[in-house]
Amino acid sequence: MLRCENLVLQQGAFSLCADVVFARGKVVALIGPSGAGKSTLLAGLAGFLAPVSGRVNLDGIDVTDEEPGKRPVSMLFQDNNLFPHLTVAQNVGLGLRPDLRLTVAQQEQVTAALAEVGLAGMEVRKPAALSGGQQSRVALARVLVADRPVVLLDEPFSALGPALKDEMLDLVKSKLVAAGKTVVMVTHDPADARRIADMVALVDAGKVHAPVATDALFDNPPAALRAYLG
Amino acid sequence: MAHSLVPVTPRWPGVAVAALVLALTLGTLAAVGWRAEWVGGLAPADWAAVRFTLVQAFLSALLSVLLAVPVARALARRGFYGRDLLITLLGAPFLLPVIVAVLGLLAIFGRGGLLNDGLVWLGFQPVSIFGLHGVVLAHVFFNMPLAVRFILQGWLSIPAERFRLAASLNAPVGRLLEWPMLRSVVPGTFLVIFLICLTSFAVALTMGGGPRATTVELAIYQAVRFDFDLGRAALLACIQFGLCVVAAALAWGVTGNDPMGAGMDRVVQRWDLPRPVVDYAVIAVAALFLLLPLGMIVVRGLPAFPDMPATVWAAALRSLCVAIGSAALCVLMALALALRGGAMVSVVGVMPLAASGLVVGTGAFLIVFPFVRPADVALLVTMLVNATLALPFALRAIAPTVDQINQSYGRLGLALDMRGWTWLRWVVLPRLRRPLGFAAGLAAALSMGDLGVIALFAGQEQETLPLAMYRLMGAYRMETAASAALLLVVLSFALFWICDRWGRGRVEM
Repeated sequence: MLRCENLVLQQGAFSLCADVVFARGKVVALIGPSGAGKSTLLAGLAGFLAPVSGRVNLDGIDVTDEEPGKRPVSMLFQDNNLFPHLTVAQNVGLGLRPDLRLTVAQQEQVTAALAEVGLAGMEVRKPAALSGGQQSRVALARVLVADRPVVLLDEPFSALGPALKDEMLDLVKSKLVAAGKTVVMVTHDPADARRIADMVALVDAGKVHAPVATDALFDNPPAALRAYLG
Repeated sequence: MAHSLVPVTPRWPGVAVAALVLALTLGTLAAVGWRAEWVGGLAPADWAAVRFTLVQAFLSALLSVLLAVPVARALARRGFYGRDLLITLLGAPFLLPVIVAVLGLLAIFGRGGLLNDGLVWLGFQPVSIFGLHGVVLAHVFFNMPLAVRFILQGWLSIPAERFRLAASLNAPVGRLLEWPMLRSVVPGTFLVIFLICLTSFAVALTMGGGPRATTVELAIYQAVRFDFDLGRAALLACIQFGLCVVAAALAWGVTGNDPMGAGMDRVVQRWDLPRPVVDYAVIAVAALFLLLPLGMIVVRGLPAFPDMPATVWAAALRSLCVAIGSAALCVLMALALALRGGAMVSVVGVMPLAASGLVVGTGAFLIVFPFVRPADVALLVTMLVNATLALPFALRAIAPTVDQINQSYGRLGLALDMRGWTWLRWVVLPRLRRPLGFAAGLAAALSMGDLGVIALFAGQEQETLPLAMYRLMGAYRMETAASAALLLVVLSFALFWICDRWGRGRVEM
């Protein structure tokens, strides 16, 4: 499991405290108003932002000082998840070897991952030749081959239309959860959380609240969440 | 512990390049200053050189800008067939070897040129081009197009909606939109051209000369080459450096635009344009002024082309080698600095603008003088100096894209654990291809046409093509010189075109 122990993150004048646990193999949605610190928490978990104090602990191992690339964490950003000048297969292959010196077995792994997300036969295309939804699938295939225990989603599907977004969320659920990943996702939309999240953690006023079972939370929202949902 | 926000590449190349640039700019100046005989002070002739340098630069910049405004205005508001080509052509003088342009101008305005033929035919006295007006004429030829591009960019940066709004209010476009734009663009343009003219050597060498039309750069050259008076050269070099630092600091602070930048292909729809005739006349005159001298090179150079002596071909080969080496070096240096980033790098990157080629050359001359025969390393030093002098332009082409790559893909690279060579090879270099090609082409063409340091050092066996051409002109072999000019201009533009073309290869952005 992923544990934040008295974690304090600071970005400029803004600071965020988190003392929470994300259970293994579960999808947890972070919900809350803009600027509440959802993306800040993900940046801290991914290693892009060094904490002022506190630790990040994964399955009993302290990863606070690990560099982003060395952490057992994959991340999908809001945009720029693919390199436009590299082919689909190369973009996925980066998840296995950053210098792209892939063995035959690894190349087969890339092909298999692409097939798994519904992109069989698209290996040599460039991202520009794909639709937005297909591009998201390539990024997801890379997360699959990288096979790191934690996956952070910083609204990677927010530019897609509603139907495509739901499709991608279902794909996340079916592929990543089936592979036993711990998924932490940022969202603005309670429907996204209801769709795939096992638990929801409210982020509000510089504090990350403990995750609560999704339905229980939305059926009986606390005051802060009620204010956000309106 | 704080993490870096972009994938890490080794820092030593940037530091090494910065040290090299500092050594070549400040180091050579120090070498020169150390040798200077400070007791003597400046002779009246030296003061005259300083005065002439400032006066000609001021006049050149002033005329270039004044003439550029109507041309830019005409181009901004008229669309016509060949407009894009003309605008591209306006970027050409930046790459055109100075000596070629001088020869072309002589063919029009010189002693046996079209203008004087016409004057004599009409019964007037022929006029001499040499002296202040010749220097200013050549500088305007080079810098007026640059000014047009700067100012045109200013014109086109006014949003189309503003013109629409002004039209619907029936408000005066000139006072409301164009005057404020000019007020912000013109001072920077003026200063950039002033700086370029301050350091100009080849124009003064060919069009000026004599005690009344000698620039500081030319005086340095004469002190080293003819009088072998290193002390005086050093003193002049320090003065030149001081002048350039002041002008460069002013110019760099005032401007932000890249005159070679794209995005000038549109014509804004306007509602306030009564007389197209004036605009087209202005454009035609400007185009003639730029094209006629080049046309004369072709006309005069082509017939003698097959009979060019072997020495010219040998010089051309040497020039090609120097240009390619200089381009490679310049691009590597710019890349190392751009990857290193930071305030120190941006200062180092503009240092060469303040250093004049001859100051650097003189310093290098003094440093190597005790160890080797300067002529032996003439080409090597020329290559190094050319690369350094082109560095600010290369850095300006590359650095913004490097920043943009870091901003867009830095986190992704970090998350994927890409670093060092992996990051460079798979992300930076492919995405940087276009500015890299442009920068390499620029550096190669500038080096190809450079007539500066090489004039200080070279003997017969180190002659580059521009120097060979200059010597042919000095021997009044004008036909052969025109052929050499033709070869030089073709090679310069071919080098630029090949590099730039390579950069534009198919890369998905």
